[in-house]
Amino acid sequence: MDKIKLIIDNKEVSVPKGSTILEAAHKIGIDIPTLCHFELKDLDIHNKPGGCRICVVEVEGRRNLAPACVTECTEGMIVKTNSIRVLNARRTVLELLLSDHPADCLVCAKSCHCQLQDLAARFGVREIPFQGEQSSYQLEVSPSIIRDMNKCVMCRRCETMCNELQTVGALNAIERGFPAVVSTAFNQTLANSPCTFCGQCVAVCPVGALVEMDHTPKVIRAIADGKKTVVVQVAPAVRVALGEEFGMKPGTIVTGKLTAALKALGFNYVFDTDWSADLTIMEEGTELIDKLTRHLNGDKSVKLPLLSSCCPAWVNFFEYHFPELKDIPSTAKSPQQMFGSIAKSYFADKIGVKREDMVVVSVMPCLAKKYECARDEFKVDGNPDVDYSISTRELAALIKQANIDFKSLEDAPFDSPLGESTGAAVIFGTTGGVIEAAVRTVYEVLTKKPLPKLEFTELRGLEGVRSATIDVDGFKLNIGIAHGLSNARKLLNEIKEGKSQFHAIEVMACPGGCIDGGGQPLHHGNSEIIKARWEAIYEADRNMPIRKSHENPSIQAIYKEFLGEPCGHKSHELLHTHYFDKAKVIEVKLD
Amino acid sequence: MSVKIEISQKTRTKIEEICKSFNNEPGELINVLHKTQDYLGYLPAEVQEVVAHELKISTAKVYGVVSFYSFFTMIPKGRFPVSICMGTACYVRGAERILDEFKHLLKLGVGETGADGLFSLASLRCVGACGLAPVVLVGEKVYGRLATDDVKSIVEEYKGGGCAV
Amino acid sequence: MANYKYHMLVCGGTGCFASQSDQIKKNLAQIIEEKGLQNEVQVVITGCFGFCEQGPIVKMLPDNTFYVRVKPEDCRELVEEHIIKGRKVNRLLYTDPENKEHVADSKHMEFYKKQLRIALRNCGFIDPENINEYIARDGYAALASVLEINNPLATIDVIKKSGLRGRGGGGFPTGLKWEIAAKNHADQKYVVCNADEGDPGAFMDRSILEGDPHSVLEAMAINGFCIGANKGLIYIRAEYPLAIERLLIAIKQAEETGLLGKNIFGSDFSFDIELRYGAGAFVCGEETALIHSMEGERGEPTFKPPFPAQEGYLKMPTNVNNVETYANIPVIILKGWEWFSSIGTEKSKGTKVFALAGKINNVGLIEVPMGITLREVVYEIGGGIKDGKKFKAMQTGGPSGGCLTEKFLDTPIDYDNLIEAGSMMGSGGMIVMDEDDCMVAVSKFYLEFTVEESCGKCTPCRIGNKRLYELLEKITEGKGTMEDLDILKSLSKVIKDTSLCGLGQTSPNPVLSTIDNFWDEYLAHVMEKKCPAGQCKALKSYIIEPDLCIGCGACVRVCPVNAIKGEKKMPHEINQADCIKCGACIEKCKFNAILIK
Repeated sequence: MDKIKLIIDNKEVSVPKGSTILEAAHKIGIDIPTLCHFELKDLDIHNKPGGCRICVVEVEGRRNLAPACVTECTEGMIVKTNSIRVLNARRTVLELLLSDHPADCLVCAKSCHCQLQDLAARFGVREIPFQGEQSSYQLEVSPSIIRDMNKCVMCRRCETMCNELQTVGALNAIERGFPAVVSTAFNQTLANSPCTFCGQCVAVCPVGALVEMDHTPKVIRAIADGKKTVVVQVAPAVRVALGEEFGMKPGTIVTGKLTAALKALGFNYVFDTDWSADLTIMEEGTELIDKLTRHLNGDKSVKLPLLSSCCPAWVNFFEYHFPELKDIPSTAKSPQQMFGSIAKSYFADKIGVKREDMVVVSVMPCLAKKYECARDEFKVDGNPDVDYSISTRELAALIKQANIDFKSLEDAPFDSPLGESTGAAVIFGTTGGVIEAAVRTVYEVLTKKPLPKLEFTELRGLEGVRSATIDVDGFKLNIGIAHGLSNARKLLNEIKEGKSQFHAIEVMACPGGCIDGGGQPLHHGNSEIIKARWEAIYEADRNMPIRKSHENPSIQAIYKEFLGEPCGHKSHELLHTHYFDKAKVIEVKLD
Repeated sequence: MSVKIEISQKTRTKIEEICKSFNNEPGELINVLHKTQDYLGYLPAEVQEVVAHELKISTAKVYGVVSFYSFFTMIPKGRFPVSICMGTACYVRGAERILDEFKHLLKLGVGETGADGLFSLASLRCVGACGLAPVVLVGEKVYGRLATDDVKSIVEEYKGGGCAV
Repeated sequence: MANYKYHMLVCGGTGCFASQSDQIKKNLAQIIEEKGLQNEVQVVITGCFGFCEQGPIVKMLPDNTFYVRVKPEDCRELVEEHIIKGRKVNRLLYTDPENKEHVADSKHMEFYKKQLRIALRNCGFIDPENINEYIARDGYAALASVLEINNPLATIDVIKKSGLRGRGGGGFPTGLKWEIAAKNHADQKYVVCNADEGDPGAFMDRSILEGDPHSVLEAMAINGFCIGANKGLIYIRAEYPLAIERLLIAIKQAEETGLLGKNIFGSDFSFDIELRYGAGAFVCGEETALIHSMEGERGEPTFKPPFPAQEGYLKMPTNVNNVETYANIPVIILKGWEWFSSIGTEKSKGTKVFALAGKINNVGLIEVPMGITLREVVYEIGGGIKDGKKFKAMQTGGPSGGCLTEKFLDTPIDYDNLIEAGSMMGSGGMIVMDEDDCMVAVSKFYLEFTVEESCGKCTPCRIGNKRLYELLEKITEGKGTMEDLDILKSLSKVIKDTSLCGLGQTSPNPVLSTIDNFWDEYLAHVMEKKCPAGQCKALKSYIIEPDLCIGCGACVRVCPVNAIKGEKKMPHEINQADCIKCGACIEKCKFNAILIK
């Protein structure tokens, strides 16, 4: 590769052709501040509008200052990143941003995680020389996301995520000049937009413009209420990320401490969503086996491929954008909802608690789960199967509020009976995991032979669309995997056109799957963090004594004791759902 | 559960025709909006929904474009749209005073349409009639070399429903 | 122009059109038919003559008689006297403001004497809706010769040697731009004509498109041949209905004549032109924003590189030039680069079209050789300042430019001198200001425009210009402090230094230029809370001088807020609390009894 030599702050550096000044500076330890710039290179996500102008530097021979994030290095370039001209300009740009930003940092949800706040601290801004009009937009509160566009700095990250990564199209820059902001069509609510509540906009927002709806006060109140039995479930991806909130290395597996913390918080029962992930495999796997068997027997009415249905943002996406395909996805509820359903029936009966006296809380890496648990079809007489869903970040806040020293907690086990799980369940937390878990079970059930190898590395990876063919005792099972909804859209279009070769497809809305969900600790564009979580998920799998869902004794027991058989009558009642056409309807009105 | 958009059959058919004439090409969005506004006089939300639907792009994007360009409006114009040229040549020859007088007499702000739908008020950039500065347009009729006390007579001319423009 | 004995050319430019020139044409044609002269006299609607101040204009050929301020009811007299009796209609001739004599012929009018019309060569001479008239004046001959020589690089070389620079504002060498686009290889390339004239107070491009659309089409085809593009797009303001109509007619006629379309002049070269409509965004004059707008997106600029010549419309190499630049091309090809480069100054060749307006006697569209002085433009072509007032400044470059004061009256006008003087060429607006214009208010006017037109993508332009405007507002309201003036200066410099595109990089120029040249006016607003020009509403009060007021009541009747009271035939008084300072009374008072203090 061609190399280019240049001088930054009197230091020589050599970089590959096409590198930006920002990258070259980084290479020699010069940390040029940025704000709008955002990249997850391993996941092919780039937001480089060159708009905030925080990263401007002086390039010899150029009339104006150049934005380091988009200016390519040229041979012999001489760059100054900290001249008085640069520092003055950078500070002025920062002060301009602050002059149109509410100064409510003390009570802002992003306080201490806000990149604008960091910059203000870094530059020692003590007063803002500019006064004038401030933006005033209506605050929007949705079940998952709170939008305060008065805090928007027009970095456009959310717009990039919503349109390029997710092709959802809920958000767009609107207006121009001073009133320009990123918003929905006609400034309507997210609920009235195609938003899937995937939360990727929240995950990348550098300021407090997009934050999650906080359910922790409700959880605290439920725990304090002596009449309520509060049951908590924890999703797989939470255990590989929560530690980051307490200064632990990304990728640290904190399952034991997490369980201990939840017990210390006063939850009556600490259970695992991994348990219901195993249950999901039993149901979804059986559905797949049934469809495949009928398909192989020549039944033309079978609709293949089977699509996974664990990810609520993905469910929202096909309901809105591909309602004509709503018969294709698996009818199995997501693990969160299966858990809630069993907890408030089987388990409530078992411990003699009335449904209305039980509160089910879920801890999720996800913001769409908040929306999912509020869906009407997941309620019995108005009482939801899952009452509150809180994110990994919210749980961390809760632990801190309760004076729990997380790092020094002794490991504790999950409670029984909804706490026992397998390695197949924990890999639900990353892209490819659900389908790998399903294949482990489907193979053995179909062939009635033990798996020759347990780990399907061909299904793993971080490329947006992946495919693999699994030899199931002579039958070639074609698997497709997509993460990021733009990638899912490609596979759905193939299905629509009748060109899909797959028997089963797994889709996760978030890049990398749940490990990079909208409710996870903020990664601030560092894809190393996501990779570390990804590796930790597979490590957690390896650490498990049982690694196939159908071998989970607790799952075997509930079928024997309560459910009967997978996809049986009771399962259908409790563990399966149906989907809705949510596309906008254009109705002709009479003149 | 889904959001419903109501629109008359006639308008819907017309928008579909317009989109089709541009091969439903998303890149032709601005041309489609021009033609649609030519037809309807403005671009209300439900119309933008239909355009988005036909061109298979998000409504947020259509709205992003509509709200970016000053030529597009979501508010219907009055029967007699009054536009004051605020080009520099008109400005230095007193256009601001003329604008103020219109605001005062019509009790409208720039970009507003009166409740009775008779007048709307707008300011525009140079119309290229600098020799006649300051210039005001009512519909397509040009009034040039205006002084503030001419404004009253122009308003009176149209007030009773006047001559249609 | 064929076998007619007389031609009556009626100006169809926007200014004259607004004063009923279409009705004049109809009346003339009707009367000529009535008199049975239709085979001897041709009535033609042409493009802009330039002398908008005196419109509507009717010019008679072959004798060049130049009638001004013609009204529809004058038509009969024009035909009966001028055509039938061969006598000039004196009352409709231009009167020289100096010696009060009638001037019959445009060649002897001060307004035209110093002009040199290259880009406007056909405006006012041909019927823009008739391709044959363009062809009769060597139209499409340049394209024919370029195709015959069949050497794109040689043609680009001619343009390079001519020294032609972009007339849209930046002044980038046109030939070089073509060369870059030619060298980038791609299956599909595009030629784009930027006709999104947005400068408030400029109508050069509009006049060319209305008066001579074919010159632009021909040049675009030449451009296409040179860089290897077979598709041309004209991005034009939707607010230019007349120009759009004439362009569409011109494109159709050129296609029918085989001058556009497949295998032009029997060569392998094919070229089509389509229109794309702007929708009212000044920032779309910036080429990357323009391209995004043509693609159906928000007109937001993107960082360069990549330049449009590398990655433009639909990611293909694209050459963007403005209307006036194109209008120069065919002549340069026909008359040679030596001829063109002999006109103008060392680094600025040829002529420039300006829209001369403001407080000047001869408002209009002028084309002058580069290197002409401001004094010649203002006092000779422009006929001096209106109402005998004092020249204060000439604003050039619109919202991106600055003010040239008296001390620059003898500076030759070219790209580099204007920049050195703290302004810029811009697209060609020239607004003359007199002693009644407050320069603080003028810079506020431009900032208001920029704030309105900023796309909002980058911080300095989105928030910085807003803050500049607010500071100027504060100062013109008499609430400014010395600290505000410091902030005004330092913020202006940062906005210039850090903005993403040309709009933001130049938007503080009106502020910086007026601070440089009229610092004492700023000081007066801040220190003394006074507006020396008496223009800033908040800083002035209208007072009736009792000795001069005869109590006629004219002011009472015109006052929109009933702030003036007084007995009939007795001196009146203005209630300062009610007065909205609209100035209506002062316009009405015949006795100069109302003073601004």
